[in-house]
Amino acid sequence: MTARTDALPTQEMTINMGPQHPSTHGVLRVILTTDGEVVTRAVPDVGYLHRGLEKIGERVTYAQFMPFTDRLDYLAAMNCNCAWAWAVEKLAKIEVPERAEYLRVIVCELNRISSHLIAFGSYTADMGAFTPFLYAIRERERVNDLFEMICGNRLTYNYARVGGVSGDAPPGFLEKTKEFLDYFEPKLDEYNNLISYNKIFVHRLANVAVIPAEEAVAYGLTGPNLRGSGVPFDLRKDEPYSVYPKFDFKVCVGTGERGKLGDCFDRYMVRINEMRESVKIVRQAVAQIPDGPVLAKVPRVFKPPVGEVYFRSECPRGETGIYLISDGSVNPYRLKIRTGSFVTMNLFEKVTRGLMIADIVAVIGSFDIILPEIDR
Amino acid sequence: MEAAALSLMNAVPLLAGVPLWAVTLLLIVAAAAVILVFALTFEGVGSLVLRKVAGDIQARIGPNRVGPNGILQFLADGVKLVLKEDIIPANADRLLFKLAPYFVFVGSFAAFVVVPFGVGLIAADLNIGIYYVMAVTSLVVIGVLLAGWASNNKWALLGGMRAAAQIVSYEIPVGMALIPAVLIAGSLSLQDIVRSQGGLLGIFGWNLFHNPFTFFSFFLYFTAAQAETNQTPFDLPEAESELVSGYNVEYSGIRFGLFFLAEFGDMFIVAALATACFLGGWNVPFFHVGTLPWIWGNLLSLGVFLAKAFTMVLIMMWVRWTLPRLRVDQLMRMSWKYLVPLTFVNLLGVSLWLLVFKGKGIPGMIASLFG
Repeated sequence: MTARTDALPTQEMTINMGPQHPSTHGVLRVILTTDGEVVTRAVPDVGYLHRGLEKIGERVTYAQFMPFTDRLDYLAAMNCNCAWAWAVEKLAKIEVPERAEYLRVIVCELNRISSHLIAFGSYTADMGAFTPFLYAIRERERVNDLFEMICGNRLTYNYARVGGVSGDAPPGFLEKTKEFLDYFEPKLDEYNNLISYNKIFVHRLANVAVIPAEEAVAYGLTGPNLRGSGVPFDLRKDEPYSVYPKFDFKVCVGTGERGKLGDCFDRYMVRINEMRESVKIVRQAVAQIPDGPVLAKVPRVFKPPVGEVYFRSECPRGETGIYLISDGSVNPYRLKIRTGSFVTMNLFEKVTRGLMIADIVAVIGSFDIILPEIDR
Repeated sequence: MEAAALSLMNAVPLLAGVPLWAVTLLLIVAAAAVILVFALTFEGVGSLVLRKVAGDIQARIGPNRVGPNGILQFLADGVKLVLKEDIIPANADRLLFKLAPYFVFVGSFAAFVVVPFGVGLIAADLNIGIYYVMAVTSLVVIGVLLAGWASNNKWALLGGMRAAAQIVSYEIPVGMALIPAVLIAGSLSLQDIVRSQGGLLGIFGWNLFHNPFTFFSFFLYFTAAQAETNQTPFDLPEAESELVSGYNVEYSGIRFGLFFLAEFGDMFIVAALATACFLGGWNVPFFHVGTLPWIWGNLLSLGVFLAKAFTMVLIMMWVRWTLPRLRVDQLMRMSWKYLVPLTFVNLLGVSLWLLVFKGKGIPGMIASLFG
């Protein structure tokens, strides 16, 4: 086909989406090249939130770095706290009391629920339905109340410690947790009835930005984004850590139920289903939690032996891997953090080619990225 | 208006010396003022109700700070909009930028002129009422396009382009879905259409129940009209999460306020047209308001009309806080592939029905069976 010569000349438009844009989930900048509404190229430009966390890690002690992990993923601070604690414990071979591990699993899974709630809520808001977002916030408040009970904070928890957790669960915490689970579980069905299977919503997500399983693996996707493509890979099962082997739960994967396997809808549904599995885990943990101390004896001036360690754990946004080199001093010699959101951005340009502007928003939402994790 | 002016001059001896055109002009200004006050009040209260409804639906309280239960919030918002700095972007096309909100506001406000509020409560009972509404609301598209273009902002431009495409596409199904009411009444005047739905059949005299095709017409109209006025789930031109705020992103102060008011005005116009053309307008079921004294008849019919129209507005708000947004290609597909053909088929169906059954509807035929 040859181009018409008598037609008006058209040219592609370059639009700057972000860093201030309501749907980029933070200070992500995407440079869109569009032909009308169709995006010919979308290049993510990351780094607006770079704080040099890894360098900071080399300048502070192991215990002092704990509050920084809160800021690694502020929607899932518990998971990041615990990931750091587990990594350091693996490095120094510290035996952690069992009650502490149970408490960690409980708060991690509760945090996974609250993080996925935000993912769900902001995703529906991105798609134009504002109401489910407030429902999600309402439920998340109750998780925050629980966290406030156990550690005094509502966003940056700083709960885990090298060798355990900062304090035992206060009286009534476990009962309150159970109450929350009983309250929350039926809500998931309500969400599905309200919005998940809404025809418009499904049409917006199904068959958009399909990531085949091989591609997802090749690009190193992890977490719900990988499972959305149908790969049943979950570190809690495949590389068990802490007390996860004691719990019965299933790994949720995308099924392609409304379109091709690995589309935005699959990634969305994986998160909804994972919340249900997390509820299951917390229920078991609350029922089985043993008595005992919650903090191991760790010397005040903590110097782990010389060596290196890589520990990865399953965070709500994929694998958070912590690579630590110790030179035997009080500070780490080198720290490298691998996060799910950052790796996901590699694939962004590829999957968004040829989509529409509204789909870009759908893709960003379905990846559930968070900027502090991307930029660290 | 001249006839009204004449009768007024006959009734009030004081006006005998005043020329006819002056009285007519006076009446026109008075009518416009009354409608403007009504429109602004509705738009203000509408915004408050919208936020209260949103609060209820979204499990929160909504505005509750200004006045008892926040009922004065809309006044505070209005004052805020008037007092805010009016920013014109440096590289904007200043003239068009200033002009755009007026097009939008006039397009929305001028339609109020032919809304039949009651038996005698209509600013101008034009014999081309529906046609006039369709024509005048088309001004909105010019304003929105101008706003998008003149802002010199790419997001605004995209919003403007979307709005133009959307409004033009959905005008066709809106018009086609309204024609059945015109066919039944045999007139384009909204008053005639309302009157044709009166009579002793009560609510079954409404065009909604006239025949199966008009029943569908109503829903087709309501869907298409939501899209034509950029209401959720068709609010793509504004699409906050995609286009930041669409065509009005660069506007501030009262210029933004005009867009905002026009949005609520459009909402009411859609509800009012649905009421007038399908839901019996100001007709009180089983009762002839014309037999009452002028003032009571009008008050009663006004109340009935507003009750129906506000119910429709509430339904629109309910939809707005429930549904997600379509994508632009899905929106276009819906109009051209589904709504346009459906409204055409529907129009054909109504025409055939009227031809075959000599203009009688199902309730009318049933009623004639029993004498």
